Amino acid sequence: MRAFSYERARTPQDASIAVARTPEAKFIAGGTNLLDLMKLEIERPRHLIDVNGLGFDKIETTQDGGLRIGALVRNTDLAAHERVRRDYGVLSRALVSGASGQLRNKATTAGNLLQRTRCPYFYDPAQPCNKREPGSGCGALQGINRQHAVIGASQACIATHPSDMAVAMRVLDATVETLAPDGKTRSIPIADFHRLPGDTPHLETNLAHGELITAVTLPRPIGGAQIYRKVRDRASYAFALVSVAAIVQPDGSGRVAFGGVAHKPWRVEAAEPAMSRGAKAVSERAFTGAKATEQNAFKLPLAERTLAAVLAEARA
Amino acid sequence: MSAAHEFEVSRRGVLVVGASAAAAAAAAPAAAQGQGAEPPVIAKVSLEVNGKRRALELDTRTTLLDALREHLHLTGSKKGCDHGQCGACTVIVDGRRINACLTLAVMHEGAKVTTIEGLGQPGALHPMQAAFVKHDGFQCGYCTPGQICSAVAVLNEIKAGVPSHVSGDITAAPQVSVDELRERMSGNICRCGAYSNIVEAITEVAGRTA
Ligand SMILES: Cc1cc2nc3c(=O)[nH]c(=O)nc-3n(C[C@H](O)[C@H](O)[C@H](O)COP(=O)(O)OP(=O)(O)OC[C@H]3O[C@@H](n4cnc5c(N)ncnc54)[C@H](O)[C@@H]3O)c2cc1C
Ligand code: SF4
Ligand code: FES
Ligand code: FES
Repeated sequence: MRAFSYERARTPQDASIAVARTPEAKFIAGGTNLLDLMKLEIERPRHLIDVNGLGFDKIETTQDGGLRIGALVRNTDLAAHERVRRDYGVLSRALVSGASGQLRNKATTAGNLLQRTRCPYFYDPAQPCNKREPGSGCGALQGINRQHAVIGASQACIATHPSDMAVAMRVLDATVETLAPDGKTRSIPIADFHRLPGDTPHLETNLAHGELITAVTLPRPIGGAQIYRKVRDRASYAFALVSVAAIVQPDGSGRVAFGGVAHKPWRVEAAEPAMSRGAKAVSERAFTGAKATEQNAFKLPLAERTLAAVLAEARA
Repeated sequence: MSAAHEFEVSRRGVLVVGASAAAAAAAAPAAAQGQGAEPPVIAKVSLEVNGKRRALELDTRTTLLDALREHLHLTGSKKGCDHGQCGACTVIVDGRRINACLTLAVMHEGAKVTTIEGLGQPGALHPMQAAFVKHDGFQCGYCTPGQICSAVAVLNEIKAGVPSHVSGDITAAPQVSVDELRERMSGNICRCGAYSNIVEAITEVAGRTA
């Protein structure tokens, strides 16, 4: 691991300014992704700004009856929160399907959104990877790519976003609240938060350098059957091959987002009017333009069947 | 003559420096991995470990696990993977179980850390330790300190109403069941495969404390 200096931020503004003005500085929250990558020297910050003491650990009701989740709320606490369990069940379900109890006790809301891909070539500094080393090529493209993206990828990168929580946030229309070094705040709809890889797979979100996530807000609850179904190689403690986050209303209408298939949570609103017609109609539209490899072609029928199972569960 | 004397002194000086450098290196083997060009940054942190206040000066890179094992010589907590994947390093910090390998010691100023040594000692075992012994909840024992710390915290999480992936109704209070324990303990890998006996041990303790 590269040596780094360390400071505890005293105010959100201080934290944001410190990252912006210190070369190669990074925020650290739970540390469960950043430290993992630092040990492998995939992340090599020279300075860490600890944001744990900033008081962003609260969950509050917003004026319109939604929820404001502090950026530092731990995954365990979010999943266990009474209102999340009652009104945003898909979020609670997605959270508890990810990682382990120990990791969820540390992992934060912001850190979870910003966790990096689990592509094995990204994790191996001896391999080419455009995300880790722009311009070096993509090892996965012609390599082992069973877990990789089937839609929205590029010739530069076919990695997936590994978060479960983010898929639920997408189906719930969450908004990411930020603070910039110049003191300006903004609200980024989750749909516009993560990027597709294009020619710049090293840029994963639309956050600016030093921009601090302060909270994630959820709109007023919309009811319905809220289901998160994750398909993986073992029954627990594994990343998704495919996951489905869905909210299904009693009349059969609803929303759906897919995980494990793209560089960001995959939701195509134009496919949702087909919800009452069944999984085939929805996935045909949601996966129009999909491009699978020989190894990951199974993800397309798997996504459709997982959605079919979710719709059946919603009706039951 | 005087030249030889000077040589003696400076040679002894070199030896002293060499010895302390070797001791420092031995005390922080993990931090010294993958040495970069930049000199290490040293920071102070004080923790309450198993009820005792411990002040440390550490390379900022030192994980909580390395601080416990290499600096405080509490070698009960184990390093399996060093990447959050096996649970051998599980300790309880401010009442919650975490992977000590994926957090920095300097991030825990003032924190209360409980390791397997703090849960109980030979002759005065924690009920969970005693249950693991009684039910043969281990073979080689490498994963065991992490399993036991995790198990103690799992029962508290169930009591506190934290849902799990296998909870049927997430709005209801979770119950202790074999399925719940297996799911909640999935972050602790046992390569000897002592899982079923581990679940029996935890179930017994849960029954007693319910
Ligand atoms: C073995 C293992 C298994 C896992 N399995 C799963 C799984 O099945 N599903 C899943 O979804 N996840 C899984 N995870 C990933 C886990 O969810 C993430 O590591 C965690 O959510 C990251 O949160 P953190 O707070 O620890 O982030 P950190 O590691 O602290 O930070 C991650 C990134 O976010 C940045 N950051 C943090 N806070 C802020 C902020 N407020 N503003 C701006 N930037 C910020 C940091 O600079 C860093 O770049 C797994 C992890 C491990 C180690
Ligand atoms: S898929 Fe993306 S992350 Fe994986 S090797 Fe290719 S460029 Fe790197
Ligand atoms: S050593 Fe920490 S999880 Fe394996
Ligand atoms: S007892 Fe040997 S690894 Fe669990």
